[in-house]
Amino acid sequence: MATEKKVTAIKNTPKHLLGIQNLSVLEAKEILNEAKSFIKLNRGSSKKLDVLRGKTQINLFFEPSTRTQSSFDLAGKRLGADVMTINMGNSALKKGETLIDTAMTLNAMHPDIIVIRHQDSGAPNLLSQKVNCTVINAGDGRREHPTQALLDALTIINRKGNIEGLKIAICGDILHSRVARSNIYLMNMLGAEVNVIAPKTLMPKGIDNLGVRSFTDMKKGLDGCDIVMMLRLQNERMQGSFLPSKREYYEFFGLTPEKLKFAKKDALLMHPGPMNRGVEIDTKLADDINVSLVKEQVELGVAVRMACLKLYCK
Amino acid sequence: MKEKILTNVRIIDPSQKMDEIGNIVIDEKGKIKSIGKKSGTSKSAEKIDLKGLVAIPGLVDMKAFVGEPGFEYKENFRTLSQAALAGGVTSIVTMPNTKPVIDNVSMVDFIIRRGRDKAKVNLFPCASITRQMEGNQMTEFGLLKARGIIGFSDVNKTIQNSELMSRIMNYASDIDVLIMQHPEDYELAKNSCINQGEVATRLGLQGVSDIAEKIIIERDLSLLSEFPCRYHINQISSKNSLNVIKKNKSNGIKFSTGVSINNLSLNQNDIGEFRTFLKLSPPLRSEEDRLSLIEGIKNDLINVIVSDHIPEDEESKRLPFAQAATGSIGIETLLSLSLELYHNESLPLEKIIKCLTINPAKILKIDKGSLKEGSDADICIFDLEKPWVVKAEELKSKSKNTAIENRKLQGKVKMTLLQGEVVYSN
Repeated sequence: MATEKKVTAIKNTPKHLLGIQNLSVLEAKEILNEAKSFIKLNRGSSKKLDVLRGKTQINLFFEPSTRTQSSFDLAGKRLGADVMTINMGNSALKKGETLIDTAMTLNAMHPDIIVIRHQDSGAPNLLSQKVNCTVINAGDGRREHPTQALLDALTIINRKGNIEGLKIAICGDILHSRVARSNIYLMNMLGAEVNVIAPKTLMPKGIDNLGVRSFTDMKKGLDGCDIVMMLRLQNERMQGSFLPSKREYYEFFGLTPEKLKFAKKDALLMHPGPMNRGVEIDTKLADDINVSLVKEQVELGVAVRMACLKLYCK
Repeated sequence: MKEKILTNVRIIDPSQKMDEIGNIVIDEKGKIKSIGKKSGTSKSAEKIDLKGLVAIPGLVDMKAFVGEPGFEYKENFRTLSQAALAGGVTSIVTMPNTKPVIDNVSMVDFIIRRGRDKAKVNLFPCASITRQMEGNQMTEFGLLKARGIIGFSDVNKTIQNSELMSRIMNYASDIDVLIMQHPEDYELAKNSCINQGEVATRLGLQGVSDIAEKIIIERDLSLLSEFPCRYHINQISSKNSLNVIKKNKSNGIKFSTGVSINNLSLNQNDIGEFRTFLKLSPPLRSEEDRLSLIEGIKNDLINVIVSDHIPEDEESKRLPFAQAATGSIGIETLLSLSLELYHNESLPLEKIIKCLTINPAKILKIDKGSLKEGSDADICIFDLEKPWVVKAEELKSKSKNTAIENRKLQGKVKMTLLQGEVVYSN
């Protein structure tokens, strides 16, 4: 491990973290290694570093977010950066300002990093072409959420020691999920075997070409899995008639202690949050500290984001 | 005008099954006096030697958007006609999705006058099938036709209401007007901006299945068997649609079909990382679909190649993919990009030229797309071999949203004649 650490994959190469698809294995591992060092720091009493002192970080959120936004906020502050968060909501759109205009305005204030969350797939890519600072993708449309996948990987490594050779199931609304996509790329890259499980209406076309096996049956999909990642089912999906009802979804795709038995005995449960208890997950299971890694995911999220900010901000 | 004679030129004119080296004599009125290897010469005529070049009828582009009125910042009659002539296109069917929409007689008079004053090409305006292209009430087909409307199209919109569509066909059949449909089911295509499949999944974009296209074609052709009228499918994009067309043609249903040069030359992988200039409707689909469309031309299931010229300003394209405007310019590169299909041995040259000249002219029932004696001397002269690279800033359109920036092409227009006058040369 020590020799691997010396290889600096990121510093001279990409300036932006737009998605796992653009990362090499080396870069992903470098971020994860860097993040490990921050776990301890975050648990200690003095959490402040000055790695990013004098740097300006702007969190540009076009979509509401609690955990990702606060996680990036804290991560920047703990590294000593000046952090500003802008919640665009719909206000900018109402004023008719385009993403490019907003980007140019902010760019004129000389930030060093822009962290962006946007409802349109590819928005961070567009932004990165127009500004001369680092762009970090905090979730775009249904395309990618790279820091979520990285924090999931770190959480798994923290518990299981390694990702290589593990069998991971991702279950739920795969069609609309950026978390699923980023995790598929990253877990594959790190040597895991990935199953995706969803009702047919929520399974994207061509998913098998992404290097996964797809299932519509929890029993088959969870068979032999070490990790079960549940995804949030958004309420709008009922209106679009993707599904008949929440009740039916829970019956076939909600994770219950009984269904979890299909996986390995020591299987662990993950969820990117926020959870819909009683829709995709049994409420007791969600709180079972022997099984659920949900709190750890949030905790390690800060460490992963600190690592990303540090490595990508020159 | 003085008599002209074009000498030593390879003449390809599918309308008279001609492919030979010879001369073209143009009389004082700008009509073809004689053509071919036996064509005579005249001492008083102005001689233009075109050795090594190819002469074909001026192209007929069945689908182009001119920004006037309402979108002059995207394109106008002058810039469109310059782009067309530089691409060897001498006849253009213009789309009615202007602001206001061309859906009434007064608008027709306006665009015909404006086109006559500002453009140097033959313009054939379309009106919308329904008022405001809203898909509710048909426009005045008879009155509009009498004022010079060549055909009816709701451009990128589709008549969803089956009852209305049946009435449109029924009514149109009586007065012999051409109905051009853009086949797309709205519900299936809702919010989509790209073909459904792996590329859409990777980019995280809402995809549309080719069933959205197929289902409207199936419906329309069913209706057509009941209400035969002049019906043209504007553009198709998939193998599935082609199968429906094949089945109906063999059942004796009469209609015609077009395809955009983009769908013949590009596929969904060319979109790369969110290249909005390749956001098109119908969308670029798989390589398998592209190859099947080429087969469709070979088998005469597809009759027309169009540019689907849609100029868009930079602001409408510099947006996240889902929000960006749809369409690409292409009238100037229509011939060159089509010739790529000849150079890579996808299609015979004669077939390509047929789909760009006499076929659309026949569907439109216009006296164009042919160099027969007595017809207007609208001629496109090009160098079949000349290599060049597409550079957006060198194109004549007011908007620069080409889908094939930096593409290396072979074959370029040298000269364009309109009624015997040289209107473009380089």
